[in-house]
Formats: sequence, C-alpha cells, structure tokens
Amino acid sequence: MKDRWVRILAPLLLLSLLLGTWEILVHWFDVKPFILPAPSQILVAFGENFAMLSWHGAVTFSEILLGLLLGGLGGFLLAIVVFYSPLLDKALYPLIIGSQMIPVFAIAPILIVWMGYGLWPKVTVAALISFFPLVVTVSDGLREPSEEAVDLFRSLGATRRQIFWKLRLPASMPTVFSGLKVSATLAVVGATIGEWVGSHQGLGYLMLQSNARLRMNLVFAAIMMLAILGLLLFGALRIIERRVVHWRATKVDVREV
Amino acid sequence: MNGTTALRIESVTKSFDQRSTHIPVLDPISFDLQAGTWTTLLGPSGCGKTTLLKIIAGLERPDSGRVIVDGSATSQLGSTAYLPQHDTLLPWRTALGNAILASEIDGKSINEAKTEAIALFDHFGLSGFESVYPSQLSGGMRQRLALIRTFLTQRSILLLDEPLGALDPLTRATLQKWLLGVWEELKKTVLLVTHDAEEALLLSDRILVLTERPARLQLDQAVDLKRPRDRGSRALVDQKSQLLNLLLKEGSLA
Repeated sequence: MKDRWVRILAPLLLLSLLLGTWEILVHWFDVKPFILPAPSQILVAFGENFAMLSWHGAVTFSEILLGLLLGGLGGFLLAIVVFYSPLLDKALYPLIIGSQMIPVFAIAPILIVWMGYGLWPKVTVAALISFFPLVVTVSDGLREPSEEAVDLFRSLGATRRQIFWKLRLPASMPTVFSGLKVSATLAVVGATIGEWVGSHQGLGYLMLQSNARLRMNLVFAAIMMLAILGLLLFGALRIIERRVVHWRATKVDVREV
Repeated sequence: MNGTTALRIESVTKSFDQRSTHIPVLDPISFDLQAGTWTTLLGPSGCGKTTLLKIIAGLERPDSGRVIVDGSATSQLGSTAYLPQHDTLLPWRTALGNAILASEIDGKSINEAKTEAIALFDHFGLSGFESVYPSQLSGGMRQRLALIRTFLTQRSILLLDEPLGALDPLTRATLQKWLLGVWEELKKTVLLVTHDAEEALLLSDRILVLTERPARLQLDQAVDLKRPRDRGSRALVDQKSQLLNLLLKEGSLA
C-alpha cells in the first residue's frame, strides 16, 4: 500500500518540481511565449483548445493503434515463421536487421507518394517502426523453455503444435510484453513522423502548423496530448500484461541496493 | 511380478561428436525390465545415465541397438513417462493444471484427469494446494507435484531422472516413502536414475550399476531386502558400503 503511494507520488512530485522551475525561469528571464511558453500558459492553451486537441489526438491515436496492431502482428508472425524454418531464418534475419538501419524518416515521404495523404502512410510508418522489437522478443521468447521442458513434452508424445500452444507461446509472454511496450512507444513516434511528412490532420500536423505560426503554446499543448495518449497506451498494455503474465505478479521484486 | 517384459534394451550404443573429438557415451548395454518392478540405474555422475534414459524415452536415437517398449520397437515417444532432472513445472499453470498435462496432450477427458489428480494430491500430502501456482510451492512440494504429473501420465513405464537429487535429506526421506507407497499401489514399472546408493537400496527390486563413461553394465543385482526397509539395518548398510566401494573404485581410477 505504501509502495503504491510512493509510485504515484514520486513521479508527480518530480514533475511539479521540474515544471515549477520552468515556470519560474520563464518569468524570471522574461522569455517570450513564442520562444518558450510557461507551463501555466501551455495548460491554458490545452484547456482552451481541448476539443480540437482531442479531435487531432483521436486521429493520431487511431494511427498509433493500427500501426502497433499491424506491426506487432507482423513481427509476431514473422518471428514464428523464422523460428520454425531454419532456411527462412538464414534468409530473412540479415534483411530484417538491415531494414532497421534505414531511417523511417527516409521512407515516410515515399509512402506519402504511394499512399496519399490519408491514414495509411502514417499507419505504415508506425507499423514499420514498431515491428522490429516484436520480431526480436518473440523469437527470443519462443526459445525460452528449457531443453528439459521440451523433452518432457516430446516424451509424452506432444505434437509440434501442442508444444507451441502449451509450452512455447505461454513461456514467451513475459518477453513479448517487454517488446510490445517498446513497440508502443515507437508507434507513437512513427505516427507523428508520418504526420510531419504530409498530412492535414493529427497532432503531428497540428504541431507543424502551430510551429510555423509561432503559436508555441499550442505546439506544447499538442506534445502534452501526445504524451498523455502514449501513457494511456502504455498503461493499458501494463494492465493486459498483468492479466496475461499473471504468474509473474507473485514474484517479489528483488533488487540490490 | 508376473514376469512379463515391459522394456527391453538391446545392445544400445551412443556416442557424441564434439568438434573433432569422438566421445563414446554408452558401450553396448542390454537389459530387460520386468513389468511392475522397480529398477535403479546407479553410476558415477556424468556416466551417461541420463543419455540412456533419454534413449529409452525416445528423445535420442541410439547409434546402434534398439529399445523395445511393451513388445514394439517403433518410436517410444509417448509411450513412457519421463521425469527430467529438474521439475519443469509450467509456472503459468496451477498445480492441478500441471498435474493433468499428459491427459491434455493425449486429448483425454480433463475432468476425469482432475478427479484422479485430486486423489493423488491427497496421497502426496498436497491437498489444498490444487489451485496454487508452482512459484508459491517449496522445493519438496514442487518435486511431489512433478511426481504426481508423472504418475498421472497413464504410461506403464516411469523414467525418473534423479527426482530427489536437489532436496534436503529430510524431505528426501519423506518423499522416498511416499514414492514407494504410490508405486506399490499403482503397480508401475519404474526405472530410476540416481547416484545415491542408499536411495537405490531403499527403493528398488534390482540395481544396475554402470561404469564410468563409456558406460557398461558393471553389476546387475537383485535387492532381496524385505519392505519396508530400514536405512539403519545391518544388511542395508553392508550392501551400501559394497556398492559405494564399487563406485569409488570406478571413479578414482578414471
């Protein structure tokens, strides 16, 4: 119980300390709002433009969710295919790793040309950027069961399908969720990049527009909305994780101090 | 004991190739197991006992020779109940869910398996722990659960790889007693691997002593002590020191 309050209060305290310092410094040095608005001004802008922010936020959030879903599913399936086919593993793995060396910023404009200004280029960027952590964590996760555990299943006459569903897949879940959480934060970045490159709606679009008009308080309000959405997504994933990986919840968190 | 052969090992050999070196693990080994008997494989650690057990379970192929389970030499996968050295319990399943794993793989009735499992939980002193997860069980309880899972496989041959090896002496002694009780009730054929001579004498009808690698059968001895056996009895202590001498001689010369 005490732990829980610390978990909530500690980051809040730190955040208010940082924001407080920011607020004071802006007033102290009389920084112009179009250079750097004070937190209070951002909050006011956030409140005044809440409806618009929510609307653009919904657009961006659906891009993030769809991108994460497609990228996650793609990464998941790819990892399984690669796991069960040594030939495809050898053929695909270097390409998958190589593909990660290409910055998404370079691909985004091409996608706009191919897919237009709508939802899909953003979803694609988000998917491309978020699939890699899942490929890595799923293929590691499927290797999680010990040789002895696999032997036990085989000795009982289990089929490969049974070994997958009853042993490898559940055993991979803790690792997979670690990957999913990384992917979720990347999907936020991906969707925003997609919007920057070419769009007429979404928080990325709003940031770019407001930036050009020196409406810095709105830029920051949009960033704030994006952060809130990212946190919501992350929190939802943690709730699902606790449900799925329920056996980890009983483990005591031991750390060397 | 009606004398039917449950398991026949016919001149099985096995070797491993590691880089450029060729390591023979099993020299030709042959023996039969009578149905319903308890046989213990005793040998120095690293002599190939586990490899032999895996070959019997069908997990590894012998280089030559064959294994015949219940009269058939086709793949043994699925015909024995193998308990690996570590308990290999699935952490995401409750104790009961772990116990009925084999029935699930066989596609048998889950409810029937659960009823049977609950009876065995009682027998192994685990009743009340059916819905607990393995991480909440002590080492001894985990091992008991793994044994329940093995007994519930409905296979007639049990292959146990040092199931009590990692336990403290007290837990170990209690579990030996339990194990014996369940075995006498269920009439299974057991092949136990251990390096503990006392455990072998306490539990088995017959002891097979293996040599250092490459393993050969060094001694095939019936244990004619009356059950229940007492670890302090003269006869058992004598036989234990004989076995230990045999193992020591083998070990120190290598």
